[in-house]
Amino acid sequence: MTLFEGPVTFLSVATLATMVAVAVSILVASLRVMRGPSLPDRVVALDLVGLLAVSVISVVAIATEQPVLLDAAIALALIAFLSTVAFARFIEWQGEQAE
Amino acid sequence: MNWVEVIAGVMLLAGAAFVLVSAIGVVRFPDVYMRMHAATKAGTLGAGLMLGAASVVFGDLGITVRSFVVFFFLLLTAPVAAHVLGRAAYYANVPRWERTRLDELAGRYDGADASPGEPPRPVAHGDDRPDA
Repeated sequence: MTLFEGPVTFLSVATLATMVAVAVSILVASLRVMRGPSLPDRVVALDLVGLLAVSVISVVAIATEQPVLLDAAIALALIAFLSTVAFARFIEWQGEQAE
Repeated sequence: MNWVEVIAGVMLLAGAAFVLVSAIGVVRFPDVYMRMHAATKAGTLGAGLMLGAASVVFGDLGITVRSFVVFFFLLLTAPVAAHVLGRAAYYANVPRWERTRLDELAGRYDGADASPGEPPRPVAHGDDRPDA
């Protein structure tokens, strides 16, 4: 039983619109990941994609009425932060090697 | 009309607007520091609004605590990640926007005497400020 099988309410329309907006945001941010002139540009955009994945999880939890999915959001936020810090250390290490 | 659903729907739409604005900012801003500004602030607020909408919809204490834990975690880690990344970008000499006017770290963070593990050398203020 999902939110979209019942009658059309304000919440179901808003959930659908939010899903479309977040999907467009992920596509737009991926454009910067592909195009970014430097590595920090790509890492910033990837950080935003991770944040958007957390929002996708919360919207899907509302749409499918499965609050268990929020546990995955905790883990994903943690992993996104750790990968960003690891990338930043890698960029500094790269600059150190270039000298 | 169920008011809980209306509040949750408005929070969802506001979060979607913030997230969309931050994605557009990441593509449209001219250099990496401004892109970081868009991605960190607006993105965190948008994701937090959507998590709040989830806690409003379910109306359960466990779900509310869980979504607030995610939100506070994002609130704690987003500035740290942006700071570490901005420091790495500055150290890697990523070019700034050509119309950037003020760079207070210029001359203090490049050269052989500064390594990424050490803070920039303290410089006494007072003489080098134009308004002093």
